[in-house]
Amino acid sequence: MQNNVLLEVNNLKTYFEMKKWGFVSIGHVRAVDNVSFNLKQGEALSVVGESGCGKTTLARTILGLYRPTSGDIVYDGKSINEFSKGEIKAYRAQLGYVQQDPYGALPPFMDVRRILAEPLIINGVKSRQEQEKLIERALTDLKMTPVEDFLPKFPHMLSGGQQQRIVIARAKILGPKLIVSDEPVSMLDASVRIEILQLMRQLQEEYDLAVIYITHDLSTVRYFSERILVMYGGKIVEQGPVQEFLDNPSHPYTQALLEATSDPDPKNAETFKKVPGGEPPSLLNPPPGCRFHPRCSYMIEGLCNREEPPDFIIKENHSAACWLYR
Amino acid sequence: MEKNKKIFNVKDLCLYFQTKRGPVQAVDQVSFSLVCGRTIVFVGESGCGKTSLARAILRLLPRNVHTYSGKVFLNSINIMALKEEVFRKEIRWVKAAMVPQAAMNALNPVIKVEEQIAEPLLVHDLVQTKDEAHKRVVEACRLVGLPLDFLGRYPFELSGGMRQRAAIAMALAAKPDLVVLDEPTSALDLLTQANIMNVLKRIKKETGITFILITHDIGTSSELADDAAVMYAGQIVEKSDAAHFFTEPLHPYAEKLMASVPTLREDKELDFIPGQPPSLLNPPSGCRFADRCHKRFDKCVYEPPFLEVKKNHWVKCWLYE
Ligand SMILES: Nc1ncnc2c1ncn2[C@@H]1O[C@H](COP(=O)(O)OP(=O)(O)O)[C@@H](O)[C@H]1O
Ligand SMILES: Nc1ncnc2c1ncn2[C@@H]1O[C@H](COP(=O)(O)OP(=O)(O)O)[C@@H](O)[C@H]1O
Ligand SMILES: [Mg+2]
Ligand SMILES: [Mg+2]
Repeated sequence: MQNNVLLEVNNLKTYFEMKKWGFVSIGHVRAVDNVSFNLKQGEALSVVGESGCGKTTLARTILGLYRPTSGDIVYDGKSINEFSKGEIKAYRAQLGYVQQDPYGALPPFMDVRRILAEPLIINGVKSRQEQEKLIERALTDLKMTPVEDFLPKFPHMLSGGQQQRIVIARAKILGPKLIVSDEPVSMLDASVRIEILQLMRQLQEEYDLAVIYITHDLSTVRYFSERILVMYGGKIVEQGPVQEFLDNPSHPYTQALLEATSDPDPKNAETFKKVPGGEPPSLLNPPPGCRFHPRCSYMIEGLCNREEPPDFIIKENHSAACWLYR
Repeated sequence: MEKNKKIFNVKDLCLYFQTKRGPVQAVDQVSFSLVCGRTIVFVGESGCGKTSLARAILRLLPRNVHTYSGKVFLNSINIMALKEEVFRKEIRWVKAAMVPQAAMNALNPVIKVEEQIAEPLLVHDLVQTKDEAHKRVVEACRLVGLPLDFLGRYPFELSGGMRQRAAIAMALAAKPDLVVLDEPTSALDLLTQANIMNVLKRIKKETGITFILITHDIGTSSELADDAAVMYAGQIVEKSDAAHFFTEPLHPYAEKLMASVPTLREDKELDFIPGQPPSLLNPPSGCRFADRCHKRFDKCVYEPPFLEVKKNHWVKCWLYE
C-alpha cells in the first residue's frame, strides 16, 4: 500500500443508459467520465462544480451505491471490484454518507434514538449498552446536548441545522474512516452553515477522518478542506492543494468560477464580471475535445475542439486538463 | 425624473397572515425610503419576511391576510390608499413591477415568449398596435440580453438563465419606475448567476431604474447594492448605504451575519449565530434578536427604536441610543 492513501479512484466512469419507450437505447449520460484522484487518510477534499456536472454520481459510485461502468476504486489497498460480499458490507460500514437533502434524509416516523440505532443494529452492534454509548458519543460530538433532550425528538421537531447534525451523527456513528458529504449545508441559512461545517471539520481532525466535501460554493473551500477538485461536464478539469489553487487557478473554467463568486464587498457594484455565457454541455452528447471549449475564450482552433486535453502539471500536486499548459 | 428626489417611501408597513395558530407577523412596522435610481437590497435569512414585504409593496396578497396597514408612497402618491382597480390599472406593472421568486419557472408553458413579455403592455393599453408592442418587447430583450430569435419559442425551449431574462424583460416592458426582484438568481448556476447580475447592473446604469433586490445571498447582493437593509423576524434592524453596511454593520445581528459569510479572497475568522429566529406567531415583545444576542443587556426586553445613528445609517438597537 502507498503511504497512507485511503482511497484511489482510477479512470472511473459511471454512465447511465437512456432509453426511449422504455427499451430502445438512445445513448449514455456520461455523468462521471474518466475521473482519477487519490484521497489520503484524514484529508478533506472539496469537490466543486455546478449542478449536473456529476458530483453526486461520483459520490454514490464511491459509496458503492452505483456500479461503475468501468474503472476502479481502491480502498485501503484493495480494489472494490474484488471484494467479497462480506467485504462490501464492511466497506460500506466504513464510509459515512451525508446526502444532499437533509429534509428527505431522515425518516419522519422515527425518533432520534431510533434513527441513530438503525445503522448499529444493521451492523451487528447488539448490546443495548454499547448502542447507548455510541449514540451518546455521536450526539455529543455534534454538540447536541443534553443528549436526553434530543433522543425522543422526531425530525419535524428539529430545525434544519439540527436535522443536518443528526444526519452527520448517523454518518459517523460506526466510526468510519471516510465521510462523503454531498452539499451538506446548501439548504441551510448562512448563520448556521458555518456551525455545521466547523463541526465536521472538528470531527475530521479529532478522528483523523477523510472527508469528501461536495459543494458548489467555492467561498467555503479554503476554510474546510486541504485539497480541491473541480468538475465540469463529468470530468475533473483541475485539482490541487487549496491555497495553491486559489493563488494560481489555471483552467479557464476554474478562473470563471472564481470570477463569478462574490465576496461581500461594496466595490463589486462598480465592475462587471468577466464570465462566459452559454450552458454546461449535454452529457448525453458532449462536445468533442475539451468539454468547455464552446464557452472558452482561449479556445485553440483545431486542438481544443478536437482532442481531449490530458492533465498537465502546473506545479507539484496541481494539475489542469487544458491545452494552454501543453 | 429628477435625481435625488425620494420616489419611494414606506411607512409603518405591516402584513400579518391569518393562520390556525394565530396571526403571523411577517412584516411588522417596516419603514424606509428610496431615492430615485438607487438600488436597495434586502438581506435576511429564510422566513424573515422578505417575500412578504415585496408582496405588501405590490399588493400581491394571499387570501389569508390578517392585517395589512401602513403607507406606501410612490412619487408622493399613497398607493396603499388607492382602490384595488386603480392600483391594478395604473400602478402594478406600469409604475412598479415585480420579478417573483422562481419567476423563470412561473412562465406560462403554452404561450410563446414574445406574447408573455408583451402581456403587461397589452393588458394595460400601453400600446395601440402589435407593431408598437413588438418594438417595446425588442427593446426590453436588448436590455436583458435575450436573443430575439427566442421570442418565437416556448419557455421550455429556453435554458433557466434565458427564462429568467424573459421574466425580467416582462417586468421591464412597461418601463416602470420601480422593479422588485425577489431572489432573481437563487435557483441558477454560478456562471449564469454572474451573467444575470451583469445584466441587472447594466440596466441600472442605462435606465436609471430603481431596483429593490431581495436575497439571502449576501455576497451576491453587494453586486447591485447602493443601499442595504437587513431584515430579522419581520422587521428592518439596520439600513445604510452599501459602503457602510458591508464593511461595518452596526446591529449585532448584522455584524454576526456578516461574520458568517465565508470569503473566497480573504481568510477571515468565521462565526455563526447560535439558536434560531423566533416564531412570528408570537414574537418576543422586546428586541426580537435579544435571546441570540451576544451584546444583550437589561433594556433589550423593551422594543428598541429605529435610530439614525449616523447620517442615513439606521439601527434598531438599544446600544446606539
Ligand atoms: N440515476 C440517474 N439516471 C440517469 N441520469 C442521471 C442519474 N443520476 C444523475 N443523472 C444525470 O447525470 C448527470 C450528473 O448528475 P449529478 O451527479 O446529480 O450531478 P451534480 O450532483 O453535480 O448536480 C446529470 O446530467 C444527471 O441528469
Ligand atoms: N400566505 C401565508 N400564510 C401564512 N404564513 C405565511 C404566508 N406567507 C408567508 N408566511 C410566513 O411568513 C413568514 C415570512 O415568510 P416570507 O416572507 O416568505 O420570508 P422570506 O421571503 O424572507 O423567506 C414565514 O414565517 C412564513 O412561513
Ligand atoms: Mg448533486
Ligand atoms: Mg422569500
